[in-house]
Order: sequence, then structure tokens, then C-alpha cells
Amino acid sequence: MISLILVEGVNNLRIFKHPILDFPKKKVIHFQFDGVEFSGVEGDTIASALYANGIKKLSESVERHRARGLYCAIGNCSSCYMTVDHIPNIKTCVTPLSEGMIVESQIGKGVIR
Amino acid sequence: MLDKTGVATPEQVKSRFPQPEQLLKPKAIIECYEDIPCNPCSTSCPFHAIEIGDDINNQPQLNVDLCTGCGICVTSCPGLAIMTAEIRNNLAIFKIPYEFLPYPEPNSIWNGVNRDGKVICDANIVKVLLTNKQDKTVLVTVSVDKKYLYDFVTVRNKNE
Amino acid sequence: MTNKELIIVGGGPAGLAAAYTAAKTGCHVLLIDRNPQMGGQLIKQTHKFFGSEKQFAKTRGLNIAKKLISDVETCSDRIEIICDATVVGLYADQVVNVLHNEKYYKYHFDALIIATGAGEKMLAFENNDLPGIYGAGAVQTLMNLYGVLPGQNIVMVGSGNIGLIVSYQLIQAGVHVKALLEAAPKIGGYKVHASKLRRLGVDILTQTTIQRAIGNGCVNQIETIELDDSWKPIKGTEKLIDVDAVCIAVGLSPLYQLLAMGGAELKYVPELGGMVPIVDGLHQTTINNIFVAGDVAGVEEASSAIVEGYLSGLAAAAKIGYQQPDYQKSIADYQQQLKNLRSGPFGAKIRAGLKKVEAKTNA
Repeated sequence: MISLILVEGVNNLRIFKHPILDFPKKKVIHFQFDGVEFSGVEGDTIASALYANGIKKLSESVERHRARGLYCAIGNCSSCYMTVDHIPNIKTCVTPLSEGMIVESQIGKGVIR
Repeated sequence: MLDKTGVATPEQVKSRFPQPEQLLKPKAIIECYEDIPCNPCSTSCPFHAIEIGDDINNQPQLNVDLCTGCGICVTSCPGLAIMTAEIRNNLAIFKIPYEFLPYPEPNSIWNGVNRDGKVICDANIVKVLLTNKQDKTVLVTVSVDKKYLYDFVTVRNKNE
Repeated sequence: MTNKELIIVGGGPAGLAAAYTAAKTGCHVLLIDRNPQMGGQLIKQTHKFFGSEKQFAKTRGLNIAKKLISDVETCSDRIEIICDATVVGLYADQVVNVLHNEKYYKYHFDALIIATGAGEKMLAFENNDLPGIYGAGAVQTLMNLYGVLPGQNIVMVGSGNIGLIVSYQLIQAGVHVKALLEAAPKIGGYKVHASKLRRLGVDILTQTTIQRAIGNGCVNQIETIELDDSWKPIKGTEKLIDVDAVCIAVGLSPLYQLLAMGGAELKYVPELGGMVPIVDGLHQTTINNIFVAGDVAGVEEASSAIVEGYLSGLAAAAKIGYQQPDYQKSIADYQQQLKNLRSGPFGAKIRAGLKKVEAKTNA
């Protein structure tokens, strides 16, 4: 995984101008993913913040370690599970991002502490 | 062919145009070729020039004499399937719907594009109108050489 | 246990519409949605809707959601709303179990409307589990809700209205749509949507499907193959397309699970998207006082979901004693609106499907 410390608020996968929708500037939120500092914005889910940073592989499948990312993005398919603040099996596509969150790729079924 | 490619045949296109002599004033060209449950063009026309009837699946029928080419139907159609056309000397002048950024600037030259998505000519941007009622569908007035009357359908930025 | 007169599961177009007409009769409503906000899938729809004025034609989907929500807010004294709440259980004694903020809450209801909508179908092909391969709803969610590009060079699979509309929305967001693949010989959705894409230079490739996705950790290429008139792949027609995202728009399937749990009679109806409940003319299932509205009863357009919501809201409220003098007239009007929406050629499939789910006797 390449370490990326991004300039605040600048993500080239973020939409700022849109012919129909308004995307106002939002407060920046800092979080960690697999030990590296990243930023998202207020209103992001964990998954949308990761995707905005170009991170599409969220975890791996339990048996064959195949890459896992978003599929449905609305909480139906369970493809987006990660361990968040040490709690496993978090649906990152419907979980709001908050300041200081520790997000980790989930290896295996996750350990409940 | 429309079913397979999404591109209307030249015959289908021409069938929606009034006679050239009727295009001395702008008229709506309604390229709605399917029976879809939909009627905003008819209910939006302030001159009652578009008829659909009680069965909203009917395709709209234009009364060319009542149509003033105002362009309200152009920005009302959810399918963006309507434009107005007018012939003035050696130019064909269209009003088309546009929903992308950046908006064209008046007095700039953009590419004129046909229904197949191919660039066919230069298009002169005459006017760009956006009112609240249009709800973010911009009405762009464009002029091209009149030989492209049945081919031109939209504009594309020269940078793309 | 708390008793509620009418509980509505799902705050999308059908649920919001049902809450409104029910509350206007004087009925008290509890409206529950698992998302942080109401509006269902409407809040991501940036395009102007079809239909007639009664179904908010010419209005952008996200603004229809705002209108439906503000209608509900006018009845705030009779409509209680809980968001971030998932209905996880439906029991035989007219009880639902709701998971909210990590606690379970049980409610007894007099009447229930299930308006849970539908979920994305998947397509089977090699490596279809690679990140970067999304359902159409996911692409809309990322782009229109969170303002994040799902990719920069995408291929769309499926030419129904969703595939066609989302392709257009991708272009509006600045994404390059390299091609739209359709396995059938014809484009499935409205041709006006297809025409918009063709004039934007998007290739629509019919009788073509995706054979496999290629990539390590994320998709970076797909292999397409052409199909013959018997839908069999034609060897030698394989082509590679470089992509960083693939959007699968191959249809929706009703989210019927609560109905199954509650014991409603269900039937597999391909024309309606999958498993759907058997219903009478007032959208009541085979379980007394449990109604359905919207895509969960059969996948259609949002305009039908809204009208079904209005209808079932009135019918459910009437069932538990709230009936206005113009009840029959209103029901007849909603039924006629649905008939009109479904009467054209695009309604043929829906009409065929709905015939299969008619209950033996009408309420």
C-alpha cells in the first residue's frame, strides 16, 4: 500500500462542480486506514472517504483472500465489511465517518474483543 | 434500427420536421418515437400546440401553426427529445437542451454533432438561457449551415 | 409493548406517499427507514421524471423526494418518523422488531405496509467480485450522494432505463463512459435515453456481454464477447476494454424478506423482478392487514411506486376504521392512474406479471 498524505480537501476523485447538484465545501475529517493517515469530509461514509482517496480494495474474502470492495453501497450485499475502531464486520458503506476513526482491512471473520 | 442502436433513421427524423417553408419561424421538432407514459411537453406548452390526449402513452402531435418555437417544451421534456428549428437565409438555427458543465458561451464556436455522436460541422453558439423554471436544463441557441438541418442534433466542446 | 395504528416499513417514494394519504384520514402512522434520511432511491435521481403531473412529471427525482417529504411533514402531528432503524422481524401476532441505535424495539401494529423496495441483481462472470465492479445504485450513491467519482473510465452493462440513465449521469459527473453492453438484440429502456447517449458518442453494443473482468485488487480491464441469436457466445469475437470501473445494471429484485418471515404468500414472477407477494386489488397481501406498495410488490418506475403508496395508505387506514367520504372515488382514481401508467407497450411485461399475483378474491 502506497502511503498517501493528501493535501486537505483535495481529492481528484471528488466532484466539486456538477450541472445539477451542489457540492458545497465541507469540513475535513481525519482518519486512519491500515495505519496511514487519510482525510475525508463531513457527510462521508467510511467507504466513500476511502473511495475518494482512490482506495477500492477494502478487505479480503474469508476463505480465498479475494479482494473485496463496494458492490451495492447501500447496506444490502455485505461486500464492504471492515474492522472499525477494533469492531469487526462493520458495513462501511452505511457507517458515517467520524474524526479519528481507526479503519482496518478485515482479515478473516474478524475478532470481537 | 432505433431499437438496436438508439439512433433514429433519416426517415424518422424527417417525419418530425415540418415543411422547410414552415421553418421561417422556429418550430418544435419532437423526436419522441415510442409510446411512453409521459406528457409534460403537452402540459407545459403555453400555446396548446402539443396534443397527447387522455392516454398519456400517445406520442405527442404538434400543431405547427400554433407553435411559436418558444422552447418551453425543449426544457420540459424529461427525455431531452425536443428541439426547435428555424431556417434563416443560409443558416439553420436550433434551440437545444444542454445539461453539462461547462456551459457554452455566446459567440463561441463549438462542434456540431449528429445523432450518431459524430462531429459534422462547426456550430456557432448564439444564446445561452437558464431560468429557474427550466430547472437546470439550459436552452442553447445554435446556428449551423442549413445543409445540416436534418443532421445536427447537439453541440460538443471543441476540447473533448 | 407499544401499539401503533399503522406502521410503514420503508421511507422511499411508496412509503412516503402511503404515510401521507393515511395520515390525512386521521390515522396515526409510524414511518421507519434504515437510512439516515427519508427518500429511498429518489434522492439520488438527478433526471426529470416521466408520467403525468399527478406523478410529478418533469420534476427531478431528488426534488420529488423533497416534495413527498414536505407533504409528510405537514402531517407531523400524526406521522412519527424513525430513521437509522431497520425492521428485522415481522411476527405472526402483528408485531415488528426494530433495530435502532443498537437496541431492539418491539411494536404491535393494527395495520402494516411493507414498502422496502428492491435490490440490485448481479451478473455471473469470471472475477465479478473485483472491487471497481458496482451495481448501478452504488454508482449513483457514490456520485450523487457523496460526490465521489466511481471511476474515470467505465463500461455500463445493461440497457434498461437504469443503465441508460446512470450512463448519462456518469457523463454529467465527468466520467468517460466507454461503452454500454446489452446482451439482448434490442435496447431495453426508452429510446430517448439511448438517443441521448448516442449523441454523446457512447457506443451501445447489443448482443454483447461481459465475459470476464481482469485486475489485481481492482478491475482494470474487461473482456467482452458477442452473442448469437440463441444468446450463445461467438468464439473469436472477444475484445478487451481498459476500464477502472464497471457498472452492472441488470435489473432489480424485490426485497421480500420481511414478507416471507411474516408468512405472506409469495410467488416467483420474473416479469416483476423475482419473489413478490400475492395481493388483492387494494394491495393487501394474504395476511390480514398487511399491505405492500412500491418495488417490493413488483419492480416498476417510481411513478407507479408513488401511486401504489397513495392507494395502499388509504386502503390500510380504511381497514382499521379510518375512511373518508370520498374513499371509493380516491381509490378508483389511483387505480386508473396505475392503469394509465401501465397501458403502453412498456407496461406489457408488468401487466403480464401482475396477472400472476392477483389474489383469488378481491377485498
